[in-house]
Amino acid sequence: MKGAFWRRLDLLARRMVPAGLSLFFVLLAALPLPIPGYSSIVPMLVLASVFFWAIHQPSLLPPVVVFAIGLAQDALSGAPMGAGAVVVLLAYGVTVSQRRFFHNRSFIQVWVGFMVVAAAAAVLGWLLTAANVGLFVPSRAALFQYLLTVAVYPLVTWLLHGAQRLTPSEA
Amino acid sequence: MARVAAPLRGAAQRFALGFLLLAAFGLMFLGKSDTHFVERMRTAVTDVATPILEAMAQPVAAVNRTIAYLGELAVLREENARLREENQRLRSWHAAALRLDAENKSLREILNYRGPDRNTFVSARVVADGHGPFVKSKLVNIGSRDGIEKGQAAVTQLGLVGRVTELGERSARILMITDLNSRIPVLVEENRARAILAGDNSERPQLVFLPQGTKLRPGQRIVTSGHGGALPHGIPVGVVSSVDDNGSVRVRPFVDWERLEYTQIIDYEIEAVPLSSPTSRSRGAFAPRPAAAPSGQEDR
Repeated sequence: MKGAFWRRLDLLARRMVPAGLSLFFVLLAALPLPIPGYSSIVPMLVLASVFFWAIHQPSLLPPVVVFAIGLAQDALSGAPMGAGAVVVLLAYGVTVSQRRFFHNRSFIQVWVGFMVVAAAAAVLGWLLTAANVGLFVPSRAALFQYLLTVAVYPLVTWLLHGAQRLTPSEA
Repeated sequence: MARVAAPLRGAAQRFALGFLLLAAFGLMFLGKSDTHFVERMRTAVTDVATPILEAMAQPVAAVNRTIAYLGELAVLREENARLREENQRLRSWHAAALRLDAENKSLREILNYRGPDRNTFVSARVVADGHGPFVKSKLVNIGSRDGIEKGQAAVTQLGLVGRVTELGERSARILMITDLNSRIPVLVEENRARAILAGDNSERPQLVFLPQGTKLRPGQRIVTSGHGGALPHGIPVGVVSSVDDNGSVRVRPFVDWERLEYTQIIDYEIEAVPLSSPTSRSRGAFAPRPAAAPSGQEDR
């Protein structure tokens, strides 16, 4: 009886790894670092995480969780509520629909795939801001944010691959 | 069983995705009209996240302090010489200040002037950066339970940081003066020309609505004007950094954004009756705070 309880608790904890890590990235991105200009080019860690789990284990990161994570990010980052959620939900939906394509691809191919998704996400984020503010905000920071996001993707993927071993294999 | 369930589940997921996308869009539009509901939602999240962020920031702060310490060690000698020189200079200023203070006092007595409005402040720690290319804000670890209110000014000893725009119970967001949405009534200290300091997400906010024919040059100090009543008068904001031929004036803020760890939220009231004692305030929330300053912030 007792063993079964602990097994279930263990399984629950393992199933929460994708959502938990994504939420951790939300908090991590908000930490103030004393690097000049860092706050405007914080890499889109959450996007990388959502992209990764959408390919590898979307069942452990259902849309409603992606939505909640997007909203949490908006609340902390100061972006208009819902804007970040729209971006990650769309990125998630596109990635899940293409996940068969990403399976058994080389790392470089997946990375290029992420570049495309992140570029679309960056442009969408910019358009949503423009719609919200009512004018097109010129932003070089958005470009640097994109480049930094693409640059840290290998590191994030390496971490997430490690975390993926903890998750229960998909049914 | 599973074979039947899988496609069904796929359809349900797609439906959920579409529904949630609509909900997210809906929230964005709702945020434009009913800011109250959306703001409550946002502060609910920041209230929960603030203690966690504070804990997470501890190791970051420790590393920062170590780096700063090592950096200081390297320049200790030059720093010492510089400070010695500065001390000498400040001593003469101190003497001048004492003389002016005495003169000011006697003149006030002649005029029966009631003195500047009194402020108190609450110190706050910055726990999170508003981040992304389009936002310039800071999340701090105090909120309504600490007695701060929306619209109040956030300052450091260097100058104005911004204003409180969102208020949770234990967290608040400060919109920095460089943000796209920031508008601060200011004046040019030298010629008292009024203007609005408008952020545009760049490092150098712009002076707009200057009176026609105002002549400005780089280096002139900009301070808050106190117009509109929300901000105290005379908080240093920055200096004019450039004046374009087409009249566009940019201001370099005094605040060091990269080292912004703490900020003071000023509680400002225009008081109708001069108070006999600066500590006897009607607002109970401030009474027990040792941080409460006896008088005007701007007299620094």
